[in-house]
Amino acid sequence: MSDAAELVELDINKDSDSDTSQFLTFILGSEEYGVDILQVQEIKGWDRVTPIPNTPDYIKGVINLRGAIVPIIDLRQRFNLESISYDATTVVIVLKVPAEDKERTIGIVVDAVSDVYNISASDMKPPPDFGDIDIDFVKGLATVSGKMVIILNIDRLLNESIMPDMDSRSE
Amino acid sequence: MSIDISQFHQTFFEESLEGLDIMESGLLSLDCGTVDTETINAIFRAAHSIKGGSATFGFTQVAEFTHAMETLLDEMREGKRQVTQESVEVLLRAVDCLREMIAAQRDGGSMDEQLAAQVQGEMEALLGKTGGDDPIDVSGNTSGTPAEADKACRTWLIDFRPHPDLLQTGNDPALLFRELATMGDLEVEVDDAALPPFPEFDAEQCHLKWRLKLTTTAGEDAIREIFEWVEDVCDLEITALSPSPPADAGPHEIRTDPPGQEPPFEGPGEGPGKAQRPPAAKKPRPTESGSIRVSIDKIDHLINMVGELVITQSMMGNLDGGFEDFDINRLEQLREGLALLERNTRELQESVMRIRMLPISFVFSRFPRMVHDLSQKLGKKINLVLSGEQTELDKTVMEKIGDPLVHLIRNAIDHGIEPPEQRIAAGKPETGTVHLNAYHKGGNIVIEINDDGAGFNKEKILAKARERGLVEKDAQLSDDRIYDLIFQPGFSTADTVSDVSGRGVGMDVVRRNIRELGGNIEISSREGEGTTFTIRLPLTLAILDGQLVRIGSETFIVPLVSIVESLQIRAENVNSIAGRTEVYKLRDEYIPVLRTHDIFQVEGGPAHIEDGLLVVIEGDGHKAGLLVDDLLGQQQVVIKSLETNFQRVCGISGATILGDGTVALILDVEGLVQLSRRPADEGPGPRQRAVA
Repeated sequence: MSDAAELVELDINKDSDSDTSQFLTFILGSEEYGVDILQVQEIKGWDRVTPIPNTPDYIKGVINLRGAIVPIIDLRQRFNLESISYDATTVVIVLKVPAEDKERTIGIVVDAVSDVYNISASDMKPPPDFGDIDIDFVKGLATVSGKMVIILNIDRLLNESIMPDMDSRSE
Repeated sequence: MSIDISQFHQTFFEESLEGLDIMESGLLSLDCGTVDTETINAIFRAAHSIKGGSATFGFTQVAEFTHAMETLLDEMREGKRQVTQESVEVLLRAVDCLREMIAAQRDGGSMDEQLAAQVQGEMEALLGKTGGDDPIDVSGNTSGTPAEADKACRTWLIDFRPHPDLLQTGNDPALLFRELATMGDLEVEVDDAALPPFPEFDAEQCHLKWRLKLTTTAGEDAIREIFEWVEDVCDLEITALSPSPPADAGPHEIRTDPPGQEPPFEGPGEGPGKAQRPPAAKKPRPTESGSIRVSIDKIDHLINMVGELVITQSMMGNLDGGFEDFDINRLEQLREGLALLERNTRELQESVMRIRMLPISFVFSRFPRMVHDLSQKLGKKINLVLSGEQTELDKTVMEKIGDPLVHLIRNAIDHGIEPPEQRIAAGKPETGTVHLNAYHKGGNIVIEINDDGAGFNKEKILAKARERGLVEKDAQLSDDRIYDLIFQPGFSTADTVSDVSGRGVGMDVVRRNIRELGGNIEISSREGEGTTFTIRLPLTLAILDGQLVRIGSETFIVPLVSIVESLQIRAENVNSIAGRTEVYKLRDEYIPVLRTHDIFQVEGGPAHIEDGLLVVIEGDGHKAGLLVDDLLGQQQVVIKSLETNFQRVCGISGATILGDGTVALILDVEGLVQLSRRPADEGPGPRQRAVA
């Protein structure tokens, strides 16, 4: 975790053009995903969560983040990937996500934090149309030194992850 | 270089609205015919501040409007005008109108100009001048208004020598002169001798002096009052001249603005307005800002507490000197330190909470006006008695209780209090009384709304309920159950629907709002004697006394106030209905048992029901039993919303952070009780799973 944090700090200093954005990437299985680094609040290790009853499995529960109650979403389970057991190296990325009239703070569980890349808008390719619903959460695909990075539409992914069926359950 | 004056707008709006409240309550307490100078002065001062502020900030419309009010009030103050019912009504309407204007300015919206013009017309009609000469709209030019000086006109020589920092205090001589010009014939001479050479010129300093000649019927006091705002930053001499005004033009007309001077002498009502109105319109503020006014006392107390906390902390820090030679004396010190720390923390918490507490008069103060208007409209005589206005209540609770109270009082006046002739016939005093009372009781605040009106007609309520199929034809209901019916959506016993009440929308909303605040409402009524609504609210929403319970491997918190009792389960008292719903025989009643492990999908749980404990909770007037594994302890918990970063969760009202830093969920007692009372087949997902 501390390595990852160092990495972030080093790469942030790279100069970037105005139309390029920096993306923090993380690993899920064999895939590399990216989120806008400006939305990343912090990266922390996995800690015990308090489960919330009657929520989808991928919502692991809530943690106390310096006094704020923050929900944690397991991204592997969210994407229906095979889930792995958590250990000391499991990483939680805490993100700030704009919702309708406020900003939510939500943590996601990932396998590991990878790197920070400068990716310009022109390098980002639209995702192919698989007709798969999950593809809605992909903003684009970028190639960085031969590897494909999936840039996530994280706002939509997380807001919709929190919402589904919740209304029908709560009333 | 100009100061962005718009940053003060919010303060001006807040102050103006407060001023309007003062005016309103003052007007309502005015007894027609008699002149209570104190009250009129208070009203006048409020109007004057609003006028001054709005002119400074360039809200000319507001300023013009207030000016008419002020003139009217001034005449009352000086005893030139009788305080009549009519004039009070007009002024009240003007207050409403002004409130709307200020709200429109604040939110960048528009307001009903016609209404404003109409009210202003009414005021001018009262003043006996309907002519179009708008007194504040007088040019800064020396030509002034047409002389209306045929009465005892006197000419005053005003020597106005502002200090250089006059402009920095936000004062503008042009506004003062404009004000003076409304009083009569004004001549202004400017002395620019002190004007420095251009390179040394500082635009924020005032280098000018003025000699003004004012021919007016007003006295010296009135003139001094105009300079009230600038007294501290100028030298002012006012001397009376002979009654005949000598008319020699000064060396400089006022329009000869010095170069680089901030442009105070632009066209009338245009200068400041031009600069500030567009930004105000661009930034609409649809919601009220969440500011709060806190008395200095409370802040001081808080600072004291923080001071003590720091002392305790440094005391504890001193103990740290090397643990290798740790002896038992230090342990004692450490224990003392911890005790001190605990006390500090609790006191600090209390004082922070106290900041959020406001006297309930903030809510109550709007009612005299409402009652006044309603009683006029309905032709009833009503005396509103307020007591316990100083009772303090959390700001959040306060904001939400306002509307339910309005509704209850409207109901009391519309349905409760009878028309005068009916009251006399019933042998009651002609004037009905509505009593609004607030007080603390236990950990709650109690608000009572009492009227000495007709009371509830139980037969009528019952008949209506039967008509609507809410109760069985021949069911016998207790009084409580009957009164409970009025909280049903769409229920109304009013024979006629008025625009005051009677549509049956509301009482259900009232109860829902109160419940959302964690409170409840009770009714007691005697036919022919009156009705009392009693509202109980928690003092604050942010902290509650909680009972920690273990359910499986998880810790949950049950609000202590909702717990009736906790008991060990005896297997023979557990019965089931239709093989699904479990009930527990508690003395002489059966209460539904909630299998919390199933509801909250927690692993584990007692193998046999008698291994667990039953926590009997009461919410919504009904009881239910929660099956838990263990009772852990009691502590005060700070409520955190789950909705900030997440969603509302069924059966959970919030979360809190325990001493070890982990999160515990707070159970929603009302929700659980409702869940227990719902037929199994209508239950939500988890419950279906539970009984499957």
